[in-house]
Amino acid sequence: MSLQKKNGVLNRLFMGLVFLFLYAPIFLLIVFSFNAGNSSVVWKGFSLHWYVELFQDRLIMQSIYTTLLVSLLATAIATVAGTFASIGFYAMRRRWRDPLMTVNSIPMMNADIVTGVSLCLLFVAVFGLWNEFAENYRLTFSLFGAVYRITFPRLTLGFGTLLIAHISFNIPYVILSVGPKLRQMDKNLVDAAQDLGCTWFQAFWKVILPEIMPGIVSGALIAFTMSVDDFVISYFTAGSATSTLAMAIYGMTKKRVSPEINAVSTLLFVTVLALLVIVNVREARAEKAAAAQRFD
Amino acid sequence: MKKNKRSLLAVPYVVWMALFVVAPIIMVVVYAFSTASGGFTLDNFTRMGTYTVIFTRSFKLALIATAVCLLIGYPLSYIMAREGPRFQRVGMMLIMLPMWVNFLLRTYSWMSILEKNGLINQFFSAIGLFDLINAVFGTNIEYFHMIGTQGAVVLGMVYNYLPFMILPIYSVIVKLDNSLLEAARDLGANSTAVFRKVIFPLSLPGILSGVTMVFVPSVSTFAISRLLGGGTQMLLGDLIEQQFLGGAYNPHLGSAIALVMMLIVIVCMWVMNHFGEGEEQAVML
Repeated sequence: MSLQKKNGVLNRLFMGLVFLFLYAPIFLLIVFSFNAGNSSVVWKGFSLHWYVELFQDRLIMQSIYTTLLVSLLATAIATVAGTFASIGFYAMRRRWRDPLMTVNSIPMMNADIVTGVSLCLLFVAVFGLWNEFAENYRLTFSLFGAVYRITFPRLTLGFGTLLIAHISFNIPYVILSVGPKLRQMDKNLVDAAQDLGCTWFQAFWKVILPEIMPGIVSGALIAFTMSVDDFVISYFTAGSATSTLAMAIYGMTKKRVSPEINAVSTLLFVTVLALLVIVNVREARAEKAAAAQRFD
Repeated sequence: MKKNKRSLLAVPYVVWMALFVVAPIIMVVVYAFSTASGGFTLDNFTRMGTYTVIFTRSFKLALIATAVCLLIGYPLSYIMAREGPRFQRVGMMLIMLPMWVNFLLRTYSWMSILEKNGLINQFFSAIGLFDLINAVFGTNIEYFHMIGTQGAVVLGMVYNYLPFMILPIYSVIVKLDNSLLEAARDLGANSTAVFRKVIFPLSLPGILSGVTMVFVPSVSTFAISRLLGGGTQMLLGDLIEQQFLGGAYNPHLGSAIALVMMLIVIVCMWVMNHFGEGEEQAVML
């Protein structure tokens, strides 16, 4: 087996260098979150000052709140919608399914900036028409002798458009990870359940859902990651009043970045690292247990 | 529920796609071919000629970044695939982990490394490199100028998108059928020939999807060039951004450039589907 041959010192050194390249900036980011001074180059001693500042900074806390809210909502909606959509796609004929799957993959393939710009154009155009309508027309009617007047609200880019954009780019990832699970599922299972008296909904709840659960979970995880990490699409669809964490960071880089941002990213990094370690340890344990069972 | 009835479950999403995937693209096409007053025009495309410099710079930098990613990523994936399973698991985790730190933060961190009095320049001046150079060449430099150069932008692209190259290549190489390699060796091929005739051709789908996944975001980025290019290295992404949110507000020109960018993606996809069968798993990691 050629691929299992052990690596020499040079190969290992090369790997080490690449990892150094990948981690040096992140390491630096973390180190300088504990800096007493406000520079990200000159070390002035250890302090937790920036972590305290972080929790008192309303702008950053607000943007973290927006980021988490939009990511959680978009993930929840996209996961449910994507799961049903892939069950629907899977029941279709190829003639219908293939073109729809191509359209579905557009947001994944397109450059982020094109997705962002195209959604921005749509929102601005539709809102333009709506606002013109809202300015010129109002609903007037009289009821019990009193005259009521309903004015239509003006619409602008904001949290709503941000959420729509996030749902749109999340659903394809959910479908991409649920689809293969549906394909692997034994088709007779659903028929058998229904023959034994299940309604379709019961069959869905008790048979399909447990079978495709791993796909749904990984789809939701990918969607959440994509949402939290997204900058470009949010930048074009959130308008000027709403701001996600990534947008706040970008805004800061234009002037001066406060080390509070280092503190945020350190907290995020440590959380993700802890989650990954837990997941991996659990997986490794499960594998070991499975292997032990096999030898019993 | 019958099968064709079940397919109705997809209807809400099909409507959603029509509204928020297809309609926006139609908007881009309409804007690209129209003037501010609504008439048909090709001006937006001819006007792009003014920006030839930006087009060539974008392509040049994105191509260099893609090539560098391939040169680092392919050997790394290959070496990684030869390690034991536990090493591979940890290694792949380590490669994916940086992607969880927002790319703006990682790029910003490079700013503080490459700055005028950033870490690299501090290090060089501490070891007396600048004194040495000044003594030898009679120059008077105090730091290396790195921010604002094309090299810095390429570095940012490579740094941010390298995992996108490694993951698909690695997932193809690690799944290679060992019996094929043994057969090649039994039939008398030496290790160079095995690599050239078996391993490399079989890993081509991974390479193609890696190249696409690095090239497309590189050619369309605007934040990396803004941060590391110091505003002097405008790329296509910056140009589009300026037409929509920046000072040079002109969504018609911006749409035309976005349309060109879509064509680039379509070409990439076509190449990938044409030459790389079964690349889907690679894209899915």
